[in-house]
Amino acid sequence: MKKVLAILLAMVLLLSFAACGAKTEETTTAETTTAAAPANAVIRLSTTTSVNDSGLLPYLLPTFEKETGYKVEVQSAGTGAAIQKAEDGNADVILVHAKQSEEEFIEKGFGVKRLPFMYNYFVIVGPKDDPAGIKDCEDAAAAFAKIKESGSKFISRGDESGTHKAELKIWGEGNEPDPEKDDWYISAGKGMGDCLTMANEMSAYCLTDKATFLSMQKELSLEILLEKGEDMKNTYSLIAVNPDKVDGVNTEGAQAFIDWMLGDEASKLIADYGQAEYGVSLFTLLENK
Amino acid sequence: MIDSFRQAFELLFSFDKELWQIIGVTMRMSLLSTTISCLIGLPLGALLGTKQFKGKSLIKKTVHTLMGLPPVVAGLLVYTLFTHYGPFGSLNLLFTVEIMVIAQVILITPIVIGLSSSFIEGNSKPVIETARGLGLSRRKTAMLCLSEGRSSLLSVVLSAFGRSIAEVGAVSIVGGNIQWKTRVMTTAIMLETNKGKFSFALAMGMILLLIAFLVNALASFVVKEPAHD
Repeated sequence: MKKVLAILLAMVLLLSFAACGAKTEETTTAETTTAAAPANAVIRLSTTTSVNDSGLLPYLLPTFEKETGYKVEVQSAGTGAAIQKAEDGNADVILVHAKQSEEEFIEKGFGVKRLPFMYNYFVIVGPKDDPAGIKDCEDAAAAFAKIKESGSKFISRGDESGTHKAELKIWGEGNEPDPEKDDWYISAGKGMGDCLTMANEMSAYCLTDKATFLSMQKELSLEILLEKGEDMKNTYSLIAVNPDKVDGVNTEGAQAFIDWMLGDEASKLIADYGQAEYGVSLFTLLENK
Repeated sequence: MIDSFRQAFELLFSFDKELWQIIGVTMRMSLLSTTISCLIGLPLGALLGTKQFKGKSLIKKTVHTLMGLPPVVAGLLVYTLFTHYGPFGSLNLLFTVEIMVIAQVILITPIVIGLSSSFIEGNSKPVIETARGLGLSRRKTAMLCLSEGRSSLLSVVLSAFGRSIAEVGAVSIVGGNIQWKTRVMTTAIMLETNKGKFSFALAMGMILLLIAFLVNALASFVVKEPAHD
């Protein structure tokens, strides 16, 4: 009985594979405008919420897919999880923004090379009346000091994401608030959108990437209070997963994606992104990438 | 997997202050919401299970539908009610353990009503007949029904508790997963997963299961099966 079942199962599996194969052939012949699909057409991209939720990837990928015939499967999570997924063999390429974690990823042999290619600035948002008076601060460190001094509420991501790591760096080592004792410092352990909603509810300050804030601004009564300062620079990098360390990586796909992202067409698209909707560019390209 | 087992044990016996604080909040929340849901749900379940009245089948259908209420929806509902500019915003309950209990009561009460009413409906007839024979009052009859079926009702209560302790959608929305305040086991597990610490998250999951097991064991010890002789 078991044997019969096993054979049946194997047949069903085979049939479904055959069906899939036939289908891809059909679609490639039908759509003559699309480039021929490469042998391994799926690229698994593990990235952070800020590039996906801000709409950048949904904006770029259709063009890439049309031109190359690849299909990009995007998984978005905090930088920590995005990197872990790649280490577990579930991604071909990563797009993240936490320099130290990226360097560790490469040191451990999982990544081939870190390719920083674009940046933007974090912004500090808060209630319109700015109770801590951070508006005229030189940089984020000065603003944080004022928030701490005034005891105004501050929402921290608290999730080891790129944004959280950037925030901790601004506080400075050994100077980070203690979420247990400092009751003004709220460690939310959630994504950017949730933290902004919480900051809005509690009339609190929050460090955020500009793209996510702008996309939610209509629903929030918070304002951008500080958006300059070298300590708020946020650099994004692409790293291909090392096929020598991780099994089943689509190296050609990863490389094709990286080449395209660093190319002129993507650069132009990235530089334009945000202009139509918000009147500002959300990402700036690094000059010597 | 084995690594997670090891981590779970190490975590438990390291007496990590934060872990025990999270366990404390989890227990406070689950026990409170289970208790309140049962206080509301068991009498209503008994009523629905024993009495005949107009519109009963509609009420039963509604209850059964609400038993499947997605936690996220319950969370959103409570959130919109208690948000700063919402109708109950002035109570300042958002992101507290109290509001997590409120959301869970909305989720769990229908389960208690639904399960207890179908149980009572199926098993109370002989008890009621006996009570009638003894000339007991309505209230005493109800008490007798509850006491005769206490082991089955216990499983109703434990289902409610299980739903409460394992639930993440609603408590995450209304509680906010704030460290040292509203973080419970499930939201902590979500957070560790988002951090990419999968084996640590799994270890926390094992601790959660262990707690649930201990509560179940304790409950069945307290409410012993009625002797069958």
